[in-house]
Amino acid sequence: MTALQSSDSSSETSANALDLMVDRLVADLRPVESPPVARRLALGLGVGIVISLAFVGILLGYRPDMASATMTMIFWVKLAYVSGIGAVALWAVERLVRPGVPTGNLLLWLLLPAAMMGGLAVMELIHGPANLREHLIMGFSAAAAPWRILAAALPPLVGLAWAVRGLAPTRLVFAGTMVGLAAGGFGAASYAMHCQESAAPFLLIWYGLGVLACGFVGAMLGPRVLRW
Amino acid sequence: MIQQEAQYRAWMLAALAGDAAAYRMLLQGLTRHLRGYYAKRLGAAAAEDVVQETLIAIHAKRATYDPTRPFTAWVYGIARYKLMDEYRRGHRKATVPLEEAGELFGADEAEAAGTRRDVEKLLAKLPQAKRDLVRAIKLDGQSIADEAARTGMSETSVKVTVHRALKSLGEELGGSNADR
Repeated sequence: MTALQSSDSSSETSANALDLMVDRLVADLRPVESPPVARRLALGLGVGIVISLAFVGILLGYRPDMASATMTMIFWVKLAYVSGIGAVALWAVERLVRPGVPTGNLLLWLLLPAAMMGGLAVMELIHGPANLREHLIMGFSAAAAPWRILAAALPPLVGLAWAVRGLAPTRLVFAGTMVGLAAGGFGAASYAMHCQESAAPFLLIWYGLGVLACGFVGAMLGPRVLRW
Repeated sequence: MIQQEAQYRAWMLAALAGDAAAYRMLLQGLTRHLRGYYAKRLGAAAAEDVVQETLIAIHAKRATYDPTRPFTAWVYGIARYKLMDEYRRGHRKATVPLEEAGELFGADEAEAAGTRRDVEKLLAKLPQAKRDLVRAIKLDGQSIADEAARTGMSETSVKVTVHRALKSLGEELGGSNADR
């Protein structure tokens, strides 16, 4: 009987606490400006990319043949490959930061940039002279490219993580992975302003590895960094 | 559930535009649902704190609600996240099955939706024809004469069929209890 009474009174006080909470939250209500999700993501990612571009320019230098490079197809294919991956991942992020919104089969779109670069790489390897194959794969900078891409992706990674933290991701490992892939994709695009490699097999493997490494870092950090 | 979705969504849209009265209705309604949802999983005492935290989260993250999508799914996403967070902190089992938003809105004090779901689960064990009869007569309140006319069976065989179906369900329940 006493137990019943005490549980009664405790649920009464906590009910009052919750009523007070509702009062406070209602008093704090301000109209919400639309569309805060897209704007916040764009801000975080945009600032990150600008900083990344600045670092690439200052520390590594933009490629000296930029003007003629932009006339070649592979320059744009390279950009499309990595920013395509980044765009699909960003699309997933935009959904993952809203509770209750399913991602569906959206990640299948990642196959598109991968298949494009993969197909081109296979063609170059088949049609290129046999003694050049190793160079098509290793280029001049295979050992450095993934690490530099990881470094170039750090500013967008921080910017996006800041944006996502302020929204409401409910699947932290998944959201972290997508934040990492998006930052990796756009970071690699930034690094491409320096890198003169132009063989599809090289780009497929070493750029891909750099972007995947960013996704892995994101997955590791997600549960800790994106928590709210 | 569908009516609740429409009602809550309307309150939420008004609240996002700055309507304090609608916001109060929304939060008070959600408090009821959330208390039932967490109490069932964490116990009544722990539930109160988590309800409070979830209300704060709903307030702080309200801009992430996309008005073109179901409101109940949004709230459930937050409620489930806060439940997992609570499990993590308590070093308890940190997986919550991905249920539907119905889990939250079925947790209202009356538990009516939960009961209904249990009944449907049980009914699913019957063959189609028997299930239809039991549902029509015992749940939807149709008369035995009407069902006899609809199915072309005699009234007696309708009665016998329903009786046997209920008996077999009873044995099903008794059996599973005895197993434990």
